[in-house]
Amino acid sequence: MALSQPKDAGVVALIDALGAVSDTGCLAAARADALTRVRATGLPTRRDEYWRYTRPDTLTQAEVPTAAVFAHDDAPMFGEIDQVRLVFVDGVFDPAASDDPALAGIVIERLAEVQQRDIHWAKEVYGKLETAGQTPVARPLAALNTAFATDGIVLHVTGKAGKPVSISYLHENDTSDAILHHVIRIDAGADLTLLEQGPGAARLNKVMEVEIGDGGAFHHVQAQGRDHERRAVTHTFARLGTESRFKSFTLTVNGVMTRNECIIELTGDDAVAHVAGASVGDGNFHHDDTVFVTHDALNCESRQVFKKVLRNGATGVFQGKILVKKDAQKTDGYQISQALLLDGDSQFLAKPELEIYADDVVCSHGSTSGAIDTDSLFYLRSRGVPVAEATDLMTLAFLAEAIDEIDDPALAADLLSRLQGWLARRRS
Amino acid sequence: MTALDNQTEVRDGVDRETVETVQSMAGTYKYGWNTDIEMDYAPKGVNTDIVRLISGKNEEPEWMTDWRLSAYARWEKMTEPTWAMVHYPPIDYQDQYYYARPKSMDVKPKSLDDVDPKLLATYEKLGIPLKEQMVLAGVEGAEDVPAEGRKVAVDAVFDSVSVGTTFQAELKKAGVIFCSISEAIREHPELVKKYLGTVVPPSDNFFATLNSAVFSDGSFVYVPPGVRCPMELSTYFRINAENTGQFERTLIIADKGSYVSYLEGCTAPKRDTTQLHAAVVEIIIEEDAEVKYSTVQNWYPGDENGKGGIFNFVTKRADCRGDRAKVMWTQVETGSAVTWKYPSCILRGDDSQGEFYSIAIANNYQQADTGTKMVHLGKNTKSRIVSKGISAGKAQNTYRGLVSMHPKAKNSRNYTQCDSLLIGGDCGAHTVPYIEVRNNSSRVEHEATTSKVDDDQLFYCRQRGMDEEEAVALVVNGFCREVLQALPMEFAMEAQALVAISLEGSVG
Repeated sequence: MALSQPKDAGVVALIDALGAVSDTGCLAAARADALTRVRATGLPTRRDEYWRYTRPDTLTQAEVPTAAVFAHDDAPMFGEIDQVRLVFVDGVFDPAASDDPALAGIVIERLAEVQQRDIHWAKEVYGKLETAGQTPVARPLAALNTAFATDGIVLHVTGKAGKPVSISYLHENDTSDAILHHVIRIDAGADLTLLEQGPGAARLNKVMEVEIGDGGAFHHVQAQGRDHERRAVTHTFARLGTESRFKSFTLTVNGVMTRNECIIELTGDDAVAHVAGASVGDGNFHHDDTVFVTHDALNCESRQVFKKVLRNGATGVFQGKILVKKDAQKTDGYQISQALLLDGDSQFLAKPELEIYADDVVCSHGSTSGAIDTDSLFYLRSRGVPVAEATDLMTLAFLAEAIDEIDDPALAADLLSRLQGWLARRRS
Repeated sequence: MTALDNQTEVRDGVDRETVETVQSMAGTYKYGWNTDIEMDYAPKGVNTDIVRLISGKNEEPEWMTDWRLSAYARWEKMTEPTWAMVHYPPIDYQDQYYYARPKSMDVKPKSLDDVDPKLLATYEKLGIPLKEQMVLAGVEGAEDVPAEGRKVAVDAVFDSVSVGTTFQAELKKAGVIFCSISEAIREHPELVKKYLGTVVPPSDNFFATLNSAVFSDGSFVYVPPGVRCPMELSTYFRINAENTGQFERTLIIADKGSYVSYLEGCTAPKRDTTQLHAAVVEIIIEEDAEVKYSTVQNWYPGDENGKGGIFNFVTKRADCRGDRAKVMWTQVETGSAVTWKYPSCILRGDDSQGEFYSIAIANNYQQADTGTKMVHLGKNTKSRIVSKGISAGKAQNTYRGLVSMHPKAKNSRNYTQCDSLLIGGDCGAHTVPYIEVRNNSSRVEHEATTSKVDDDQLFYCRQRGMDEEEAVALVVNGFCREVLQALPMEFAMEAQALVAISLEGSVG
């Protein structure tokens, strides 16, 4: 077993660096269980099939790679939107910068406080969805998070939340290592919009577990911050009840290492899950979207829409899977992953999978990669549009299909302006 | 089609022959009988002695024996791969015969007339015309076929040995070498030495390494520069003996500007125990040459309860070494209990082209994990993948493929289409594509769909008087047509019939 040796050594080093697992309160059992699991599986290595296209070493090494704090004068994301703002600085909750969490239809708590109690509903969700998401593929970094998460938000949505809840992750320390774990329960018929923004830390490991009751809805829009050197691994685990809706969109601009995993289980009939993402990278940029959608109920719909624009040696990865279980008849599954390579050095690596055990289904996927269409470019130029502008226009058109997945036009417009900003900066 | 089995009266306008043909097709597995023939076996199991014995039986030179032994030494250290989506009980590699040949082949027959009539009868029964020209009878729309029929040269491999190769003299006139690989090792060592193992190295994978150590026979083709092979070449593989693995090795070399079309067919008797088949096919295509390789794989798939059948672990790869080289793989995979097969193209020469057309049908408890690899290394290379997977019964069918565009493969192009059809609620259809694009002047497109047999189409066919199975067979044939059209005509007919047979019992 020579191969597993460094793996084990890596786990030990990282666990030592993270310190002791909390053994009191209602989450202690889940944490202990997660620690056992991560010890058993070891940390991911490049040899793991699931990490074929992304090097996990900087995410798993004990020492945090430094990431300089990136100063910019952008207006805050989603600034125009009425929201309840919660702020974390390098993984630590900042009550002074946060709004009063009292909001109709929703109970907002902190994980750090919840875990000290002996009885709390969060016990029924914390680590449970994460554990279920470990099969058929192990996700050791999520288990590690369950064991060591220092803080997070615990949300219980009982009705239609009065306004969106927004979480800002600020980054102020070059070597911060944040482990955050959010637990969200959406009751039957309840509705929540969650906004997330910011890099969070030099290295961020974030898990979000979302349980959506029958007829509930969860809208999620996330922007991962412009810091060039930050690293992030995020996992979103969602379980959907009958007729519930899950919609998630992630915008990633820059970052040397990002791995976003989204694991969705459709367990109630007629549920709908959409996961979308747009990422733009320049130079030393590695972005990995890994999505696993399991259909386990009748007549459900799932969409995966991912678009990547890459230049100057940037790398985009997409690993998507639709698993349709035997009884999930009438499933409608769709998956598209596309990359626009703006120069010859960038690369796109994709593994779009289908695994289907039910016969009355319509499932399809598509994946394309290529440069900007020269004919269209020529057309625009012949109409007097300068080449740089024409290229930007076509790049935005390419990203539009993913942005269209955002229901709220104000949010979509905000994200679009960020992308325009990114393109404009590249032009000057 | 089963309805015809019980039908005693023949409808007007349908001649008796048609009905009989259809009836003969309607049997579950047509080639399940076995030939009672005296066999020579090497002792069970595999070790260096067996490797030496196989090498000795083939009267091989020392370099070849050493080549095998080094492969064996490597194989001993390897572990069986488990990444494919197939599940089968562990194979006991020591509980197999690695060499079996008909006793009558003890003295190498000088010509086909010396071959044991029982063997010839076997091939006749399989429909392989070893001695005579194959005449296509009753094929509609066969205008481009000369009236006297088309010639197909056949190399027939029975268990571990090649029993005869037809039309050798005529091929020789054209300069084409077509013989068994054991003969090639003896007669043309310089060619074998130059090319063997250069496309699929002995270290390639577990099954290819095992094959490199113990391959007993197979076919060898060399087409000299500028020669268009005057006829289609074909190899017919038959596993007959029990507990015997077949390990054949095929080496095809198309020298500059040449062309050859090669057909491969396989069958085996019905047995309760599973049997192993681990073949390696290597194709080398030089500048401006073109090779078409078509397979109808109809190994015994096991019975309807999943008992018995062939484990088919095959490594096939074509290397387009020269500029403008072209290769086309066409496969119809209907047999085998377990299939693990990825005919691949290495597009090394500039402007080279690779094509892969595949129909994989899995019924009952069959499991197929098959696909292709397109590795684009040269500039302006093109590849196209069309894969049609059909699952019925309790079968699992997986398409697994790689499209890789290397940084230097400027202006290359790939198009991939893989469609899956599900018949019944207990089967599975899976798609596992890997797409790696490392330059921006290349375009890669991949699309895949999974659906069931369309109810409207079925209803239309039923309304026109077809029974349900006939209707399904027709719809499935339509689903596969892009691939069927890519097959040479003889195979297309056979494949079309096979598609219907393979789905027997999958409806209702």
